[in-house]
Amino acid sequence: METIVKSRIAQVLKGDQNAYGEVVELYKDKVFQLCYRMLGNRHEAEDIAQEAFIRAYVNIQSFNLNKKFSSWIYRIATNLCIDRIRKKKPDYFLDAEVPGTEGLTMYSQIASDTALPEDELESLELQETVQKEISKLPDKYRSVIVLKYIEELSLNEISEILDLPLGTVKTRIHRGREALRQQLRNV
Amino acid sequence: MSCSEKYVDYMHDFLDEDITEEHEQELREHLHSCSACEEHFRELKKAIAFVQSTAHIKAPDNFTAKIMDNLPKEKRKVELKRWFKNHPFLAAASLFLVLMAGSILSTWNQEQQFSVSKQPNLVVENDTVIVPEGEVVKGDIVVRNGKIKIEGEVQGDVTVINGEKYMASAARVTGEISEVNEIFEWIWYHIKETTENTVNLIEDKEQSLK
Ligand SMILES: [Zn+2]
Repeated sequence: METIVKSRIAQVLKGDQNAYGEVVELYKDKVFQLCYRMLGNRHEAEDIAQEAFIRAYVNIQSFNLNKKFSSWIYRIATNLCIDRIRKKKPDYFLDAEVPGTEGLTMYSQIASDTALPEDELESLELQETVQKEISKLPDKYRSVIVLKYIEELSLNEISEILDLPLGTVKTRIHRGREALRQQLRNV
Repeated sequence: MSCSEKYVDYMHDFLDEDITEEHEQELREHLHSCSACEEHFRELKKAIAFVQSTAHIKAPDNFTAKIMDNLPKEKRKVELKRWFKNHPFLAAASLFLVLMAGSILSTWNQEQQFSVSKQPNLVVENDTVIVPEGEVVKGDIVVRNGKIKIEGEVQGDVTVINGEKYMASAARVTGEISEVNEIFEWIWYHIKETTENTVNLIEDKEQSLK
């Protein structure tokens, strides 16, 4: 996949804007997922994921073709998510931003199509709960947990994406796991 | 917790797949004999499983199309930047010339009216300039704030400033076709013109020196 991406980026560098569309297609789900799990809100996730791709395009000249594009786009997206989280007012975050409403719209969308079996309804609720607990993590733990367990990246890749020493990544993952353990033990 | 912290560290090392065989062995033995640590380990694994179980969600429809619509029209800017980098002296000189030549911006503002370079055989209808079928226009055509419809042949460059162009399938243009639609491009267009002239001047001089 990285080889295709690199040839597309070479085209983008030559001024072929359409080649960038193919790059976006390849990574859009992963980047959107990362933003969604970081922010807990579909609408915000779309905004930030869009911005990440646009920033990557604008700065494409500074992308090192010897490195993985995925790491680069993850890095831009993670940083944008963390900025967004830090800009949120804490009270706003607690009241309005808990992704309960998100689940409702998701549920009603599905419900309008087909009746939902009991266990799926349960799993939707469970997912909402899990997402809520992820959203409660401090951003430095949240980013490593999402990169590790949702994007399924290696610790080395995470260290590259976040520009942190491997040891720091490990410590954060350990603390993030401990926090989630406390939060999810009684679910 | 009553037990040594080291077992918790081992648990995390294990979860990171970064544990020595001895430590793993030690951990296993301890978990068999200590229910508190076993419970701790179970809860960690449960938390991970929960996080991993969140369904993979997909980007919304039109995600890519929206991005493509919002990409800056960067090409010329990039081109200009690169050009500035490679020709710092010419860039400075031409920028100076451009500024001296009278502010382009005011020219831009003054030139909001439709205009076209005068050429025989051109047909003008309202704000549309037509190169009729079967006709040959010799020389460059510049259209400002209007449209050009090319059905015949142009022996020269076609430049459309702040307008649109339509080419019939039979149309032929021997020179370059360019459209200038933003103020930025307008400046770029001027710099390019000025520089080309400057370069020609320099080359002429060099030649006359030989
Ligand atoms: Zn123990």
